[in-house]
Amino acid sequence: MDWFFEFPEMERSGLRDFKKSIDFAFREFSRSYGENIENFFEPLLMFLVWFEKLFINTPWPIIIVSILLLAWFGSRSIPILIGTLVSFLIIGYFGMWEDTMSTLAIILVSTILCISIGIPTGIAMARSDRVQTIVVPILDVMQTIPSFVYLIPVVMLLGIGKVPGLIAVCIYAIPPVVRLTNLGIRLVDKAVLEAADSFGANYWQKLFGVQIPLALPTIFAGINQTIMMALAMVVIASMIGVKGLGLPVLRAVSNQYLALGLMNGLAIVVLAIIFDRVTQKFGLRMQEHRKEIKD
Amino acid sequence: MSNQEILIKINHLFKIFGNNPNDALELVKKGIGKDELLEKSNAVLGLNNINLNINKGQIQVIMGLSGSGKSTLIRHLNRLIEPTSGEIVINDTNILDLSSKELVQFRQSHMSMVFQKFALFPHKTILQNVGYGLSIQGIAKDIWVEKSIKWINRVGLDGYENYFPGQLSGGMQQRVGLARALATDAEILLMDEAFSALDPLIRSEMQTILLDLQNELHKTIIFITHDLDEALKIGDRIAILRDGSMIQDSDPQNIIMNPIDDYVSDFIKDINRARVIQAKSIMTPTNTKSSGPVIPNNMVLEDILQIMSDAPTKPVTIENSKGKIVGKIEITNLIEGMKRPKSQGTNITG
Repeated sequence: MDWFFEFPEMERSGLRDFKKSIDFAFREFSRSYGENIENFFEPLLMFLVWFEKLFINTPWPIIIVSILLLAWFGSRSIPILIGTLVSFLIIGYFGMWEDTMSTLAIILVSTILCISIGIPTGIAMARSDRVQTIVVPILDVMQTIPSFVYLIPVVMLLGIGKVPGLIAVCIYAIPPVVRLTNLGIRLVDKAVLEAADSFGANYWQKLFGVQIPLALPTIFAGINQTIMMALAMVVIASMIGVKGLGLPVLRAVSNQYLALGLMNGLAIVVLAIIFDRVTQKFGLRMQEHRKEIKD
Repeated sequence: MSNQEILIKINHLFKIFGNNPNDALELVKKGIGKDELLEKSNAVLGLNNINLNINKGQIQVIMGLSGSGKSTLIRHLNRLIEPTSGEIVINDTNILDLSSKELVQFRQSHMSMVFQKFALFPHKTILQNVGYGLSIQGIAKDIWVEKSIKWINRVGLDGYENYFPGQLSGGMQQRVGLARALATDAEILLMDEAFSALDPLIRSEMQTILLDLQNELHKTIIFITHDLDEALKIGDRIAILRDGSMIQDSDPQNIIMNPIDDYVSDFIKDINRARVIQAKSIMTPTNTKSSGPVIPNNMVLEDILQIMSDAPTKPVTIENSKGKIVGKIEITNLIEGMKRPKSQGTNITG
């Protein structure tokens, strides 16, 4: 009856060999292909570095004015504008300007990356049930697997640095934009699509003229979530060499610097709130046509 | 009627919804019924051997209760639904042979459609909605804008060009739907319960707009409805569907006078016969003048009754639209016409 009370597990030496062989195989893989993969991501690195330099080297008043302009374009809301201005002035006054710019750069680049991969994937999922059945479980894994677990292979492959950090952020942040693009396109009224069909619209005319425009508010909710999740990842990403607001937080945790951790943590929160409010307002404004008659 | 040119021929059209339509088709061709088919092979019989010729320039109404297959049938004409077997010949082309590219072309140039729930593009303005059919054909913007504005004005929506559909009432939205369908100048207009979602007053107004337009444009219109009054008001011919089969196809007067079975009788039993039946349906053919007044052959019973009540014993003379005497009506004909007919042919209950 031993097997009943003790789980009949694999032999210990066998298990060790099994794990070893996986480790060995992956190490071999990263030894032979690591460089190629690194070269493949080289343009991305240059892009990111260029952005970071641009943000850090541009005089702060110009940055603030451009951010305010963007916030105005997105939200058309005076309170949001004032909030943004005050937040950035405080961040700068407390000496977190450069870190904030680094964080902005990585958030921007990872958002661009997530959108440019996520939206086409979402569209493909919406067009084909088969693609959807394949992609949904992958997204589930990406969202639930602890980030530290996929940091291991990423670091083994690419070492410590900006690009692995960027990849880690993207793995964590891309699912919402994919899911909501898929959902948005699938929710487009079938009758409206039928109307487009009946007038002889072709595939691309339907996609760009009807489906994407009608799905845009939902897609935008996905982009909003993606930005939020990217921001949530900056602390973890700083563990593998991404500069920015995450790094001081990490230092504060290991050295018990309460004030340092709190200040940088709050700066991340403030950034998140600004991004969220601006993109949400923008998403609402895109639904102009849903307004009821007013006169 | 025999000099009419036939534009659309539907021959032996079958549609079966299910996983194995071809196996089910064999069963249907052996004469199996809708319910039995569902039980035996878990397939739904959509259309069962439909044969229908549609005349050019006429309004062909297709009637039936919900689930009778009328919306399925109209969607076969522009292949929004693919048939299981059969052919649909329009202008000597079997449209079921068209490749997907040719089909897109065909839909752009030959057909347009008006939908029960309007199906306007909510993110486009009224102008963009009406111009949609033209703009996707790659026509220059100033041309489609000009044409669209013309049609927007024609349906009485001047000044609403830059509104969004959500800002208009149901009746106005369907005017946009109609304008959108007319703007492409397609010769065939498919109308799928186009006025069913509107309230009675607006519906009657839309019917009048449609008839006015038709007098001017002479399109070939396939009009789906479940409302007999509507069918009688606008139809040049009425086809009645039940459970995916065509029960009767004839001109409206004939359907009222000679319903083919109980199902059709049931359909017509609630109509006001005095307002619908015309002189030509009840007259005794003759070419000699009778003693009473002369009336046109499309006058309805109600009006004939008014005239005859002054002198009930004198039969009225009927003349056709060219002024030729074609028949006479006596008071007994009127009584006969008011009476509900028994269905002829075999008794099908349903």
